Formats: sequence, structure tokens, C-alpha cells
Amino acid sequence: MALQSLDIVRRSATTTAPPGVREAYTGTVAKLIDTTKCIGCKACQVACMEWNDLRDEIGTNAGVYDNPGDLSGESWTLMRFTEYENPKGDLEWLIRKDGCMHCADPGCLKACPAPGAIVQYSNGIVDFHEENCIGCGYCITGCPFDIPRISKRDNKAYKCTLCSDRVAVGLEPACIKACPTGALVFGTKEDMQQHAAERVEDLKSRGFDQAGLYDPAGVGGTHVMYVLHHADQPQLYAGLAPDPHISSLVGLWKGAGKPIALAAMAFTALAGFFHFVRVGRNQIDEPDEAAARQALDAAPQRNAAQRPGAQPPDKRP
Amino acid sequence: MSDNERRATVERYSSGERTNHWLIALGFVLAALSGLALFHPALFWLSNLFGGGPWTRILHPFVGLFMLLVFLPLAASVWGDNRMQAADWQWLRQLPDVVNNREEHLPEVGRYNAGQKLLFFAIAACLLGLLLSGLVIWRAYFSLYFSIGVIRLASVVHAVCAFVLICAILLHIYAAIWVKGSLHAMLRGTVTPGWAWKHHRAWFRQITHAAHPRTRSD
Repeated sequence: MALQSLDIVRRSATTTAPPGVREAYTGTVAKLIDTTKCIGCKACQVACMEWNDLRDEIGTNAGVYDNPGDLSGESWTLMRFTEYENPKGDLEWLIRKDGCMHCADPGCLKACPAPGAIVQYSNGIVDFHEENCIGCGYCITGCPFDIPRISKRDNKAYKCTLCSDRVAVGLEPACIKACPTGALVFGTKEDMQQHAAERVEDLKSRGFDQAGLYDPAGVGGTHVMYVLHHADQPQLYAGLAPDPHISSLVGLWKGAGKPIALAAMAFTALAGFFHFVRVGRNQIDEPDEAAARQALDAAPQRNAAQRPGAQPPDKRP
Repeated sequence: MSDNERRATVERYSSGERTNHWLIALGFVLAALSGLALFHPALFWLSNLFGGGPWTRILHPFVGLFMLLVFLPLAASVWGDNRMQAADWQWLRQLPDVVNNREEHLPEVGRYNAGQKLLFFAIAACLLGLLLSGLVIWRAYFSLYFSIGVIRLASVVHAVCAFVLICAILLHIYAAIWVKGSLHAMLRGTVTPGWAWKHHRAWFRQITHAAHPRTRSD
């Protein structure tokens, strides 16, 4: 949720241009999550709870460090812990802060049927406007990262806002402010890419040959990016999608098929109208009635009981 | 009313069948309007008819279930009359005669013509597809039991089935306007002997051989 804006580049279920005279002349923003620096302290989770006034239900311990166990309407970010045994036989504790990736090509927004329930700002942030949300869950269907959740309290969809309210007034997101190790940094996307490049170079010099930046092109790049020690295997990090893109089924469901189907329905109705205009109604004329009367008079007046197989007169065949 | 005039109607649909048909029609109109509201942004305003977006989302699946539920007795009673026969395929091959009102060239038609039969099975197939896919994408109760891939597929199937069904029903509605007397048959239950003779001659012969057409006083 955010203040009314004049910097909206995309608006869900809207076929005309949204208000967008304000452009991001200084560049779009991005959050960089350096998994190689993360210690899994969950300060970012707490900061998110505090800033957004969210208190999820206290769950149960499933035997792993993930707490809460999954994203929810009240938990917009969480640490996912993976114990990975590398080929050398060493244990690597991979910790990934999960949450909305703020895709440049957002599948949630593409799937959303409610006008203005999802917007994308010119700074790159994808935001849900819950007062327009109808709770259908199409955003979940459209998301390539399995991020949005419908709250059980109000049946609205929620996810990380990238603290659009804070960013709008020149502050960094709450999670960034809380991170004690500098694993989370925030700035323009360009700066973050540059920072990531330095980190990757450093990691490579320390033996992580496959270190790299996760900024998947399949969704047009993201405004939340990861530095990974194993960028060649993102799936190691609690199933991070190696090549995320909007599913072709979602594309079929929400793409060109829709206006074509709408036009085809209108055409079907029009076809009827023009058939009426050109050919006209199929009516019964007097000769038809006369022929029917003749046939009726000629029909054998037999009692149904006398004709095997015939239906009784009061029962229509 | 004279005896002659009274005899001049043939019952085509009983009061029970008519009630059944119009309950399905009611279910269809409500399900289609609420579904179209979510189908394309240009039609989102239709959600106002249902009390807004969230109410549309809440009501639509229940309306759909209602339509399916009331369709079942109709399907059970007309299934047998809708089996395709050799003459039906001939009827379809002569579609130009059909659409140009040259019925005299067509094979004799029983209780339902080939178009009505195909429509019936199209509706039945679409409703089955809508039910199965609709349960999968019913976020409040069932989506949690399905994987994201199945949900995405079901979303497409639901939209495609709804599209086919809406087109089929548009044809159905126009056919009722086109063939004069059909709307009266479904509203008041009766047709004239001439109507039965012209449009469903095999059915006409069937009922008149068994007995005289039932007379009605309305």
C-alpha cells in the first residue's frame, strides 16, 4: 500500500495507460540480498513485522530453522535454510531470504483480474493495493516464485511491498535497515549490479568459481536480486527457480486469447442478429398446419394398450 | 375455447421440464455474467451486479455449482433423445439448407435435431470441464490440494470451457428466437401440430401414432 502515485507504469486489469508522468529518471531501485554474507539472524523478518505491523500466528517447530514455516498473509519475508553437502563433502549452510522478487515482468500483475489491485511503479516496485483485491488468488497462479499469499483474516493477497511507503519518502526498506552484516543493501538497480559484481569477483577469488548475480532475464530481471555462491545451481537455495518466467499456460490464459475470445463471443451474437436480418425467422405457415391436421386425422385411433411397445397416451415418448 | 382450438396444441415440455430449463438458464446467466467480470478487464464492471469484486469472487463458484446441479436432472431425462443417429449426420451435412430455412429438403427430425443434440453434448462436456477445473481454482477451499502446474492448466481449461459454453448458449438463444414457436414451447410448454410437423416430423409421427396429441386448456 502506498500513497496515490503518478508514477505507475503497469496497473492490473487495466487496458488504458495508468497515471505515469513521473518517471524514474534516477534509475529503478533494487534490493540486493547477498546470501554469502547472510547469517540467518532473522533481523530482517523482525524489521518487516515491526514496520508493517504484522504478527503472524505462532506456529510449530518442524525441526528446521525456518520460522515461520512458510510465507503467509502476515509473513512477507522469511529465511529459508538449506543444508547442502558440496562435492568435496563439506556442509554448506545456504540461507536465502525469500519474498517478492519485484519482477520487471510481473506474473501476478498479468494474472490479476481486479483493476488496480496490483501496480508496478516506475521505480520497479510491484505493489498490491489490497482495497482493490478481490481475493481470487490469480496472482498466486501467475507468480513464477510462489510468493503471494491470501490472508486467512481478510481474504486479500499480501506480499513484500519492498517498503514502497518508505522508499516513496526516501528511506530504505525496513529489512535493509535491520541487517547487521550488510547482506542486505538497497539502492538503484545499476548501483546494486555494480556492488554485486564486486562481491562476485571477491567470491571467485575465494574459490567460489560459480559465484554470480541472480537477476533472471526470464522475468525481465528483478528488483530483488541475489548474490549466490552457486549461481549455476539456484535450485540449491531452497528451490530458487533456475530459469523463472511467466508460465506459458498463464500467457495463454491471460494473453492474446482473451480479447480474441471476447471478440468471438461478440461475433457469435452478431452472427445471430445478421442471420435474422438476412434470412429471417423460420415460421409455421398455414400449409404446415393443414398438413399436420391431415396427418392427425389419418393417424390410426388406436388405444395405446392395444399396441405393444406404444407409450400410454398420457406419457410423452 | 372451441374443441378444435384446444386440440391445436401439442405438449412439448412439461411444467417440470420448463422449470428445470429456466433454473439452468438462471444459473447460466448469473455464472456467465460473474465469470465474464473476471474474464476480461473490459467486463469487470459486471461485478457490480453481484455487489462488487469480492462478492463476485465468492458467489461465482456457488452459482456454477447450482447450474451444474440443476442441469443433472435435465441431462438424465433428455440424454436418450439426444443420441446421434445416421439421419442426424445427414442433417448436419445439409447445414446450408438448415440456416436458409429450407427445411423441406432435410431428413425428418425426431424430438431433437442434430444441432440441438450437439449443443446438448457441448453443454454437458463444458459443464464437466468447468466443474473439474473450477474446483481446482476454487482458492478458498480446494486450490491448496493441487500443484501450481495443475492450477495453471485448470485456469486455462476453465476459460476455454466457459468460452465454448457461452458461444453455444448464444447460438441456443438465437435459435429459439429464429425458430418461431420455440420460445413459447419452453415458456408455456406447447407447440402447434404444424410446428411439430415442420420441425420435428418424426417426433410428430411418434406421438400421433401412439395417441392423439394431448389437449390442453390453456
